[in-house]
Amino acid sequence: MHTEHGTVPADYLEYTRRKGLWIAGALFLVVLLFILAISVGAVSIPPADVVQTLFGAGTSAKWDRIIWNIRLPQALAAIVAGTGLAVAGVAMQSILRNPLASPYTLGISSAGAFGAAVSIIVLGAGKIQSTMANPVTITNPYLTTIIAFFFCMLATAVILLISHLRGASPEVMILTGVALSALFSAGVMFLQYFSSDTQLAAVVFWTFGDVGRSTWETLPFMAVVVAGATLYFLLNRWNYNAIDAGDETAQGLGVSVARVRLAGMTVAALVSAVIVALLGVIGFVGLVCPHMMRRIVGDDQRYLIPGTAVAGAVLLLASDTVARVIVAPYILPVAVLTAFMGAPVFIYLLFRGYKR
Amino acid sequence: MTTMLSVNELKFMYRNKDVLREIGFSIEQGTVVAVLGPNGVGKTTLLKCLNRILKPRKGSVLLDEENLLELGTMDIARRVGYVPQRVETGRLTAFDAVLLGRRPHIGWDVTSRDLAIVDAIFTKLGMEPLRLSYIDEMSGGELQKVAIARALVQEPKVLLLDEPTSNLDLKNQVEILNTIREIVRDHNIAAIMTMHDLNQALRFADRFIFIKDGTVHIHGACDIVTPPVIEEVYGLPVMIGELGGVRCVVPASCNGT
Repeated sequence: MHTEHGTVPADYLEYTRRKGLWIAGALFLVVLLFILAISVGAVSIPPADVVQTLFGAGTSAKWDRIIWNIRLPQALAAIVAGTGLAVAGVAMQSILRNPLASPYTLGISSAGAFGAAVSIIVLGAGKIQSTMANPVTITNPYLTTIIAFFFCMLATAVILLISHLRGASPEVMILTGVALSALFSAGVMFLQYFSSDTQLAAVVFWTFGDVGRSTWETLPFMAVVVAGATLYFLLNRWNYNAIDAGDETAQGLGVSVARVRLAGMTVAALVSAVIVALLGVIGFVGLVCPHMMRRIVGDDQRYLIPGTAVAGAVLLLASDTVARVIVAPYILPVAVLTAFMGAPVFIYLLFRGYKR
Repeated sequence: MTTMLSVNELKFMYRNKDVLREIGFSIEQGTVVAVLGPNGVGKTTLLKCLNRILKPRKGSVLLDEENLLELGTMDIARRVGYVPQRVETGRLTAFDAVLLGRRPHIGWDVTSRDLAIVDAIFTKLGMEPLRLSYIDEMSGGELQKVAIARALVQEPKVLLLDEPTSNLDLKNQVEILNTIREIVRDHNIAAIMTMHDLNQALRFADRFIFIKDGTVHIHGACDIVTPPVIEEVYGLPVMIGELGGVRCVVPASCNGT
């Protein structure tokens, strides 16, 4: 009815095209970082040979082994986990209407850590070895992963149940998450108090998230879950935009806010649980990446979700690469670095304000 | 004028307490309707029951013979636009914020028709210069216009507005209410708005619905707005006079007794 004089405005199209270019640029950066990540390490491999090897035309059997068995799964895990944590974060910030929401706000990481502690201390799944390369071995990684995942999902179920009973308000979800987080942290402390030195070390080791833990067996599973979650959030981008405009506006636009909120939280919690269970606790990516992208493409979820997904891959891949070389020959778990890098970047972005 | 919306025996309960009981009225195409009554009487609740943001216990809301309360939420949003009292801002351009109003019509992505409709509403409301401004840098008046524009691109037959002028200065109040009246007449839709300011209601509305004790106390054209009715509804004696040909309501005494 209003279309009589409407045209598609060129300046708006230009504005959205610019956002698209930023995301494409970040995607290109992922490719460059991917090659760099595989190239550097204890044995340095020239980027050209990395590309050749990846395309199946490797010139050295040794490099082949290093790339295919060690560095490629690790780099891919960084991309997948970074993307997963970041999209879970951006979705939760919108659904919970809280800029501090991230996969860790809801106590999912604490639940995972508690699960790992249970498996190591109570069920005896871990012990220590004193080799430089691998100071601690978890003797039964499957058991630890499964128990950690079980507790992550238990925490998720409790949050969703309480939210469902109390009308799925964002405040209830966040406060339940904070309470659960405290409860599971207390549980970890309790178990640690009664553990041996070796068990204690194994628990602490597990808690440091490390993408190097991924293998060709676990990677496809993680990739499918992350891809599915990212697609799900993208499909809901208009619903999240509507919720960002206020619950009542969203309802006026036909969005079933409570349902979108519960379903979105379930997916965000699931993807976080899978990553925490497989790789350990990696902080800050889910919190910082959405805010980095907000400064560049704004709050429109149509660009924010894909942008954040790419930013997550960039941040975790870059962090992991630095973590592997910064104190060589020691290899730091990436979680130590994400917090170190994330915090100053975050504060810098806050001061710098929005990109116009 | 033909009846377009009729509300019958609408009942809403909140925790076993009757908030609205037996609400009934009908409104015609091309009219602006003011819902009046004291604080807490359920004006906003009534508005939210009409597009099922809140679920009424019983009753019907017939829009062109269709019962809105039996339609899906997206179907309702294609017929009824809602402008809440509080609008959240974010790092969005006004164009994107208004484009969101196309949500009930959008499949996978926006089409050029969606963009053209949004563009046209900016022209219509004289807001072209604001198109690419960020809404978190806007004034209250500009933001309210964006919210109204967003509801209009839903292409609604009925527009519901919850106190559209509550946070605005006098000039913006008049501007917004004029805009609403123009759009209602031009597109032959209906607008229902809750209001506190009886004087603004008298100037800009065609029909008046006074709510008291969960029911419609009285409804009709401006001739029903009389000192006895206002005293019954608000519990405050008032005088109604004319000032430059405009009817004005003022409290009869300063201490309210």
